[in-house]
Amino acid sequence: MERYRILPHAADGKFRAFGRTLEEAFANAALATASFMWEWDKVAPARAEAVDLRGRDPEQLLYRFLEEILYLFETRRFVLAAVEGVVIEPAPEGRRLRAVFRGDELGSATGLHGEVKAITYNEMRIEEDCGGWMIQVVVDL
Amino acid sequence: MELKRIDGNTWEIPRQGAMRVPARIYASHKLLKAVQGDATLLQARNVACLPGIRRMSYVMPDAHQGYGFPIGGVAAFDLDEGVISPGGVGYDIACGVRLLRTDFTVADVEGKRGELLAEIVKEVPAGVGKSGVTRLSLAVLREILAKGAEWAVDNGYGTPGDLDRTEERGRMRDADPAGVSARALERGIPQLGTLGSGNHFLEIQKVDKILDAVAAKAFGLESEGQVLVMIHCGSRGLGHQVASDYIQAMENELGVEGLPDRELVAAPFRSPLGQRYYRAMCAAVNYAFANRQMIAHWVRGAFARVMGSAGGMRQVYDVCHNVAKQESHEIDGRETRLCVHRKGATRSFGPSRRELPEAYRGVGQPVIIPGSMGTASYLLAGTDEAEALSFGSTAHGAGRVMSRHEAIRRFRGERIRDDLAARGIELRAASWKGVAEEASEAYKDVDEVVRVSHEVGLGRIVARVVPVGVMKG
Repeated sequence: MERYRILPHAADGKFRAFGRTLEEAFANAALATASFMWEWDKVAPARAEAVDLRGRDPEQLLYRFLEEILYLFETRRFVLAAVEGVVIEPAPEGRRLRAVFRGDELGSATGLHGEVKAITYNEMRIEEDCGGWMIQVVVDL
Repeated sequence: MELKRIDGNTWEIPRQGAMRVPARIYASHKLLKAVQGDATLLQARNVACLPGIRRMSYVMPDAHQGYGFPIGGVAAFDLDEGVISPGGVGYDIACGVRLLRTDFTVADVEGKRGELLAEIVKEVPAGVGKSGVTRLSLAVLREILAKGAEWAVDNGYGTPGDLDRTEERGRMRDADPAGVSARALERGIPQLGTLGSGNHFLEIQKVDKILDAVAAKAFGLESEGQVLVMIHCGSRGLGHQVASDYIQAMENELGVEGLPDRELVAAPFRSPLGQRYYRAMCAAVNYAFANRQMIAHWVRGAFARVMGSAGGMRQVYDVCHNVAKQESHEIDGRETRLCVHRKGATRSFGPSRRELPEAYRGVGQPVIIPGSMGTASYLLAGTDEAEALSFGSTAHGAGRVMSRHEAIRRFRGERIRDDLAARGIELRAASWKGVAEEASEAYKDVDEVVRVSHEVGLGRIVARVVPVGVMKG
């Protein structure tokens, strides 16, 4: 299954990510977000960062999940290579997401080619269709 | 969508449905066509539905689709009945432009351009993932958030004269660092004094044409060929996180039901949450002021070392084009305090505004409109008539028309470098892909944007400037 597809957008970065489950679509959305900044498939999964967050609804959960990539990159120089063990479950006042980010510390070998300034809600879609999930996000570049 | 032509460059969406006020668009036929191709007009209409909006929801000539509010949108809300919205300011809080003038002519720097650029590149960290040279403690960062460029000057970055020529004198006094989250602070620590990437740049420019000699002289521009330096950057990850934190806080407290676009979420200005966002936003503005102050200081140092002196390098002005401010404007014949949101729009106050520094009270404030990489930029003067037209606001740049993806497909960074070199412009960049993304063909024609601004009266053209050296993040 195709992980994600980058779509044209005049000012920013737009993508659709796919998955057989919502969790898989979330993981692929994370890789799509990383793809605007570095080639995640060339990064070694040397380090792990645990992700545990909550959101009032699926959209806010996704927004926070993707923002975690920016936060870890800017504050710990962590570049994402893979997403493992995504679990999304109901929690008081919304949903909870747990996952493990694998990746490496930004080094001279990691080529960076862009910067995602922020995740946005613009044109955000989280949809279930014919046995799978589709997530659409526009990120601010 | 119903669109009424008011005159040559002025269009209006009449009040309809839930709109509390009409929407007003300043655009030529050509520029209007561009905004009709995306969601700009729909977004301007959504803004017109927000509580407490006064007069109109305005769209500047360089507008394009944004998040919630359009980029190039201006909206003012009553302080008592109205709202404040993080989406009306944007993610890059206080993204803005600083312009410095020098006594040098382009002939003076001709043989030393490469050396100058190399020295600036060495001094000013740019590009994705670059850390600033200064490792900050949390205590110092909080002080910066409270004091802005004033902190920078107190700590040896520049002179008090710089503050006189900065909007708000480089410090938003309503800032409250306590409203800035730990995550935002963490993102702010490594990035102070960095240019960033994307459309941010630093250019060595020359005055190409002076169109208003009196205003130009007041701004410190004396002759064609005079060397200037332009710095375009913002509040970096700290500002992005402040925006994100408060969009989510407002969602959680006020809900998202009924919002056509989630980034339209807005809190009453006087509510505790509205005030917390306003004060945290002011703190992020201060971060951006300090950031540009430090970068300007390093550029002065680079000129001093390469040219033997900083050559009368004095600040023309520093403007924010993503910000919400409390200002007084006339509503129905009465002076009214408003919260004016400018998202991708530049303040353009005329000679009579008391906010202006002494030196500019006769001519209006300098309005700095950067073009796309390697193309012309403009210096305008604010006008008194802009107050009635747009709460004293005009465009902020060229505005994109082509996706980055498409630009990368069509252009090569190295080729752009060679083309610019053939036109006498030297380019230093952190990434060739980043250069391709910013190809001038991906942007609207800045000449057209500025012409409309001038014709409508939003800002008066003072000078056209062109780059001779470009540093791109």
